[in-house]
Amino acid sequence: MQLTVNIGFQALAYASVLYLMAVGLSVTLGLMGFINLAHSVFAMTGGYLAAIACGNYGFPWYAALVAAPVFVGLIAAGIERALYARLYGRDELDQVLFCIGFIFITGALARMAFGPLQRPIALPNELATTISAASFTFSTYKIFVIAIGALTALVVLFSLERTRFGSMVRAAVENRGMAESVGLRTTLIFTCTFAIGGALAAIGGIIGADLFPINPSYAFDTLVYVQIVVAVAGLGTLRGSFISALMIGLIQTVSGYFFPEYGTILLFLAIFLFLFLRPQGLFGRPGVN
Amino acid sequence: MSAAAFNTFLDNKHRLSWWELTPFLVLAILPFVARDYLPLATQIIIYIIFTLSLDLLVGYAGIVTLGHAVFFGIGAYTAGIISVRGGWGEGLSGLLISATISGAAGVLFGSVVLRTARFTLLMLTLSAVFLANEIANKASWITGGVDGLSGIDIWPLFGIFAFDMFGITGFIYALAALLVVWIFMRWLVHSPFGQSIAAIRDNRSRAAAIGIAVLPRLVVVYGISCAIAGFAGALQTQVIQFVGLKAASFELSADVLIMLAIGGAGRIYGAFLGPVIYLAAQDYFAKDDPVLWQLWLGLIVMAVATFARGGLMALLRRTAASSAK
Repeated sequence: MQLTVNIGFQALAYASVLYLMAVGLSVTLGLMGFINLAHSVFAMTGGYLAAIACGNYGFPWYAALVAAPVFVGLIAAGIERALYARLYGRDELDQVLFCIGFIFITGALARMAFGPLQRPIALPNELATTISAASFTFSTYKIFVIAIGALTALVVLFSLERTRFGSMVRAAVENRGMAESVGLRTTLIFTCTFAIGGALAAIGGIIGADLFPINPSYAFDTLVYVQIVVAVAGLGTLRGSFISALMIGLIQTVSGYFFPEYGTILLFLAIFLFLFLRPQGLFGRPGVN
Repeated sequence: MSAAAFNTFLDNKHRLSWWELTPFLVLAILPFVARDYLPLATQIIIYIIFTLSLDLLVGYAGIVTLGHAVFFGIGAYTAGIISVRGGWGEGLSGLLISATISGAAGVLFGSVVLRTARFTLLMLTLSAVFLANEIANKASWITGGVDGLSGIDIWPLFGIFAFDMFGITGFIYALAALLVVWIFMRWLVHSPFGQSIAAIRDNRSRAAAIGIAVLPRLVVVYGISCAIAGFAGALQTQVIQFVGLKAASFELSADVLIMLAIGGAGRIYGAFLGPVIYLAAQDYFAKDDPVLWQLWLGLIVMAVATFARGGLMALLRRTAASSAK
């Protein structure tokens, strides 16, 4: 019992971070068909901003958690207009290369500016404690992480289903040509969703800094985990990411507890089998890739 | 177009031009002028062979993969394992066995993953390379794990030419291997089979409509490409007498993709230019400042992807075309 609760708890926290880091990606893929391997760069930028602001300038952690993602969102919008937009509709090779180049550049810049070592983000005191309930003990910080993950998932779902902007995004994902012909400015919608995706990734980068330490090779280290969340969720779906992040979090945590030696092998074997049996992912429609 | 004109067109398309021999002339002169650079040149030749194998997939078949190092790694580890665990140090048979095993693995893998396309295919190849790397890491009783596999002993070639410390034998061995692979590749892409692969790349449904068996042909070309990649891996093992985890890593997959893109995919000689420029520049710049090198490399790769599609080969072709006018 104790163990089950513990594993479930850890898996939830892990899944929340993965979800935040990946949710913007399914939009990039679904809306513009862009294979963005470099999405983690925005999580890394958020992480560095928070680490520097809190560590060097004594910025309060909560303020950094709000300000850094906003800043990253603005950067993401600029980069989308200036660089990404040039490669829409190109073949995979160009997009993949572009992303690898982008990861190299940001990695090198991070290393030049902040050195090769990882940057810890110090937590506020009240989060670095534990809470006991009945016979269970939970880390306050992990509860906070899960709460943010769940809250984001709810907000994303709600805004997609119940707001005007959400229905515009859904229309553009569903059929871009049709959406344009009824007067939606899909490029603007896309820039906005790209920026929001970047900002969410930045939140993930900050609150997930204990799982994925902020360092210059961050974007390469996390690349595969973030991508497989989207691959398992399926393309053309914006709702599957949370469930897929949860599945991957569960596999990671369970194998981490019981077979720590073979955790990575099990994870990739499972992903491989899953994608072979369901190439369209959990919620994707067949043929949309 | 008349029959005669069409024949001339085909001749021009497939005939060997004089400039196609320049890489081999340059490489043949190298031992006489720059002996110190032989180990680097050998490394470049090995990467040219590996890049050629990727060109067959990316450039000719239109299959983009992030996991080609899996098969380089299978070849490299096979060659190492036959020598260290099997005690068999004969070079040529080692190359053939390694190429056969990675080719067979490629056919098996290809028949599974080629049913998917685009993003899913990329993710499958990406998962495969992480899986392979982790297996090589954990199966340390046979692969040497993190420390790598050392103690590889390759017998003198034909019982005469020992692998010496100056790397002359290794260089000539690799050059001969490159010559064989080049002749094979050139023959393959200009053969009716190679043309059908290009037809599948250009228009899959039309190729199927004129009777090309799309999936089986792609699986065959995948297998051939993996065999060549494994051949390159085995060659590297025999020449440097060591295999490390990098041989089956995402890093290497990305590197070879970059080399191909810089040179230009789909033209064979892009796979020659790319590794030369990449490795020579890396040797020159990365010594002083690896971080600055990474920055420049990133800028170049992004620029090639954004503005210079087709890499250097396309650039050269455009220059040649405009100067001919």
